[in-house]
Amino acid sequence: MRVRLAQIAPVLGDLDANLALHLEAIERARTEGIELLVFPELSLTGYFLRDLTEDLALRLDDSKLSPLRDAARGISVVCGLVEEGSGHRFYNSALFLEDGALLHCHRKVYLPTYGIFEEARYFAAGRSWRPVRSRLGRFGISICEDSWHFTSGFLYFLDDCDALICPSAAPGRGVSEEGAEVSSARAWSHLLIAQSMFFQTYALYCNRVGFEDGVLFSGGSRVLTPFGRAAAQADGFDPANVDAELDFDALRRARIFSPLRRSERPLLFARELERRLDDDADPAAER
Amino acid sequence: MQIPRLNAELSSEILVRFLREEAGKFGFTRAVLGLSGGIDSAVSAALAARAYGPENVLALLMPYRTSHPSSRAHAELLAAELGIRTELCDLSAAADPLFATVPEKERLRRGNILARLRMVVLYDRSAREGALVIGTSNKSELLLGYSTQFGDAACAINPLGDLYKTQIFELAAHLGIPQPILEKAPSADLWEGQTDEGEMGFTYAELDRLLFAHVERRYSAEKLVTLGFEPRFVAEVLRRMRRNHYKRRPPIVAKLGNRTINVDFRYVRDWGR
Repeated sequence: MRVRLAQIAPVLGDLDANLALHLEAIERARTEGIELLVFPELSLTGYFLRDLTEDLALRLDDSKLSPLRDAARGISVVCGLVEEGSGHRFYNSALFLEDGALLHCHRKVYLPTYGIFEEARYFAAGRSWRPVRSRLGRFGISICEDSWHFTSGFLYFLDDCDALICPSAAPGRGVSEEGAEVSSARAWSHLLIAQSMFFQTYALYCNRVGFEDGVLFSGGSRVLTPFGRAAAQADGFDPANVDAELDFDALRRARIFSPLRRSERPLLFARELERRLDDDADPAAER
Repeated sequence: MQIPRLNAELSSEILVRFLREEAGKFGFTRAVLGLSGGIDSAVSAALAARAYGPENVLALLMPYRTSHPSSRAHAELLAAELGIRTELCDLSAAADPLFATVPEKERLRRGNILARLRMVVLYDRSAREGALVIGTSNKSELLLGYSTQFGDAACAINPLGDLYKTQIFELAAHLGIPQPILEKAPSADLWEGQTDEGEMGFTYAELDRLLFAHVERRYSAEKLVTLGFEPRFVAEVLRRMRRNHYKRRPPIVAKLGNRTINVDFRYVRDWGR
């Protein structure tokens, strides 16, 4: 399967400009034989939306999305937007478009609201982890911060997903001499390696670039193999296409080499989890 | 606690992009800035020259009659080195009528007048040139409030505001800022013989270690003392940070409605860009 990560710099708050950017990229990818094209988090809107959130929100049946759905023929597309759901709740969502239709919508579960992030001020949280059953394979979508919660990947691992898809808008920060890249990018690099190895899956990380109010989004989009190696990777902070060929035979080989899923015990996990469901409990107290 | 060494290469790459992209979004491809002969404006100018091309950077030299001659000489040295344009605007004729009502011993008031006159000239030339005003304030002085509100702190975009003074020196060395500028004692040159460290009462090295531990690492005042910082020094720096916080914020607006600007009417500046 030929995959492309479209590492773009969306225009903040300009839906039409971003839509045009998407359609152009989809068309080019299709003619170049790409089967799955992934855009970053909130790729249709930009990231630091604040009060623009409600202005840019679209219902999933909004006609503005028709050209995108139509473009997703002969190519599957993951893109991000503000979704207006029931009761005028807004979600930071990623759409999976295929065969001219919306196949799946993942609503970001973990909304970072600390430091420079203020997502929970504007967004409602998603409540589910469901794999995308695409004609290309089975995928688990986790949006940016979702991936920092081990449980997202773990649940998709139990679902035997072929690849984790992680659209991101990750700011770059930390410029000490300890590393050649910003320290936040280094942290992502470790996280993605760990994910692909722990969950024995491809990891498709599509981060955006560009600045919003002085904050650099640091790119570094990459495809990791189930063995934790980078199959393709963007360097620098420019818009880029990161192309890779996913060889599903590698999943088979990884899982024969070390059959982690086979020896996983979901029931045991569920029983142990049961004892820990009270968020307010004191972990030091005897259960 | 020491401040980790700066990755100057990476920092300068990000800052050059920042200048180019944040100006470009608003249709600007040119910059104007005040060149004092000191290290901060030298670094801003060097970054701007890389971002926009030297021919698109205008450096304003704005001495007053008491300014040290070396300030202008260093500014000219740097401008020649970078190949950027300069324009001399002597402030004496504009400042003197204002100074007529300000006693000479009120150095702070006079200093503020000079800083604000420079802002006036910068924004005028910005309009004339269709060029953005690039800031030169570093994080140490912003945190301490060691700057003039609506004066030297005024700018459209600031590449240096998240770098401590000691990091500015590291970046300056990387950017090839001439030795005389690297080696001289930092000074606002607002009156004769003024140096930052003499006026502040401590060195930038001490100040930055403290600010870094407190701001970046979130160590409390009590913890800082256990780390070996003088209690009086800690108290003084933290007091100045709090006292001058107003300089880092836009003016407070009296709230009457439901959507007060910057309070619950919230948009980033790059809205639509």
